Order: sequence, then structure tokens, then C-alpha cells
Amino acid sequence: MPTKEVIVLQDLLGTNKKIAAEIRTELEKRGILAVNLMSSPGAGKTTLLEQIVVRLKAEFHMAVIEGDIETERDAERIRAKGVPAWQITTGGACHLEAKMIGRILPAVDPGLDFLFIENVGNLVCPASYELGEHLRCVLLSTPEGDDKPKKYPKAFITSDVLVLTKADLLPYLPFDIDKVVREALDLNPKLRVFVTSAVTGQGLDELISHFRRSREELRGRHA
Amino acid sequence: MHELSIVASLFETLLEQARAHDAREVTRVRLKVGLLSGIVPELLASAFDMYKKGTIAENAVLEVETVPLEVRCRTCGVESRNANFVLTCPSCASVDLEIVQGTEIFLEKIELEIDERASGKTG
Repeated sequence: MPTKEVIVLQDLLGTNKKIAAEIRTELEKRGILAVNLMSSPGAGKTTLLEQIVVRLKAEFHMAVIEGDIETERDAERIRAKGVPAWQITTGGACHLEAKMIGRILPAVDPGLDFLFIENVGNLVCPASYELGEHLRCVLLSTPEGDDKPKKYPKAFITSDVLVLTKADLLPYLPFDIDKVVREALDLNPKLRVFVTSAVTGQGLDELISHFRRSREELRGRHA
Repeated sequence: MHELSIVASLFETLLEQARAHDAREVTRVRLKVGLLSGIVPELLASAFDMYKKGTIAENAVLEVETVPLEVRCRTCGVESRNANFVLTCPSCASVDLEIVQGTEIFLEKIELEIDERASGKTG
């Protein structure tokens, strides 16, 4: 039986990258800034989003896409704040993929200012899948420990923003905030770092200002 | 652990290639996996073995080449290999770097067994 060698040279994440690029361009044309939030489960993504949307909703239109393995719970929490939300339940998959966002996009109001996407709680796999976002935020909560950036480098290397959450717990935890920031910046010197607490409100205005500036820059590029 | 979804995408390509070349079987599959691809080669191999049963690649051997992380400095142009994921230029300390390789999951080449009876066919 004759054999034949075939050179293929195909990126196995190429399909996802292509769909993500299409989504990014489409959102950009409409002036919508898309933000992808990644973290381990329990770092406070939904709580942070609740705080962000209540502070932005008087001035801006936004929507939230929630990714979880099961349940509609997170989308319900966002809707309770008066902001439209879609729930993607992956049924076991550990990350969102661009095609899942693409399926929801036709239902999303084209006049939005911000689209927030909360990824499945996982500090590993979501980092490999672009969703068409303009800003990628990785959250790290203080109870998780200050050793995480070096242990899960890809999430920190591929992000634009690091949000340290639950800063109100710092007095009770052996969490070296300088070490975390130093190690995260070693991995990715361009990372913008925000120290926040959804309980006290610390750092939230600064983070929101960064989102607003990023949106203005995006609109400036298409003015 | 998303190696299985990578393998699912790999098998779509394998089927397309096998069909395009009138192959009876895929006998060898060679992948290039970047150090920063987020893929663990051992898990990829297990996922491949699990997935291949009953497919055209049932007897295929999987080879995985690990690709180191390489960055190029946008300030001084120096290229460097990076084992510790410290993204600072070793030559000029600039932080404006672009990743040249090391994040990819690439299907490089495959070996097919060709059906001789089919190879004479037209269309």
C-alpha cells in the first residue's frame, strides 16, 4: 500500500481566531467595546460585573454574556440589576469559544456601548481562546494566594488588565500584594493593575475609567 | 483541560485531508505545540488515543514537537528565547515585545495510506 506525506501547516485554533477577528471587527464598527473577564471560579467576576453595571448604566448601554458549565444563575444576577444578559451553558466545556459568542451576537442591541463577557471559571483554558474582545481582564482574588501569576502564566501574559479582587480581606490574609504585582508585571509588563473590593468599592472607579477610556480610544479609531 | 476540543478540531482536518487525497488511512500525525499554547502534550496524546478509535486514524501514530517561546524586541530588534516567561528584552530591557512563536498548536504534516484502486478514479 503506497503512503504519501502531506504537509498541512494548519493552526488548530485557526477557526476560533478567525471567528474572533470577525466579531472584534463587527463590534468595533458599531463602537462597542468588548471585555472578556477570566479567573478561577469564585474570584468574584459576577460580583465585580454587578458593581460595574450599576455604576455605568445611567450613562451607557451595555449587555453581559455569562459563561458557565451549568445554570442561569449569573445571567439572572445581572438582569436583576436592570441590564440585559445572556447565559451560555457549556454543559461541561471549560472555556467559551468565539463561535458561542457569534451565535448570540445577532440578538444583541447594535447600539450598545459595552459588551461584557464573563468566561467560565478557569484560570487555564479560557486564555487560549480569543472571543473577539478588545480588552482581556484577568481577576485574581486575595484568598486564592499570591503565587498564582507564575503558576498560571498564560492567563496573565495574554491579558491587558489585572484586577485584584477582595482587597477588603487583605488584613486577614498572608497575601503579598507587591509580590503579585511584581510577578505579574514580570510576565507581562504592559498589564494594567487595579486593586479592588466590591464590598468597600475600592478601585472600582479607576477600573471603570479605564474601560471608558478604552471605549473612547476604540471610537476614535473609527471616527 | 481542553485538549479534547483541540483533538476534535484536528480530526475535522484529518478527515478533510484523507478525503482530498483518497486515503484509506491516516498513519502518522505530526503536531507542533508551543510552550505557551496552553496544551499539555501528554493530555493531548491521551485525548488523541481516545478519539481515534473507529476513525480513519485508528492506527495513526501521534508525534508532538514542543516549540519554545521566542520573542522579538520592537525597540532593538533582538530575538530571544524565553524559558521563564519573563517578557523583558534581555538585550535592552524594553518591554515592547512581540511573540514570534510558542503560542501555536499547528498540524504540521500527516502520512496517508493511499488506496490504489481509488487513485485511478476521476472526479
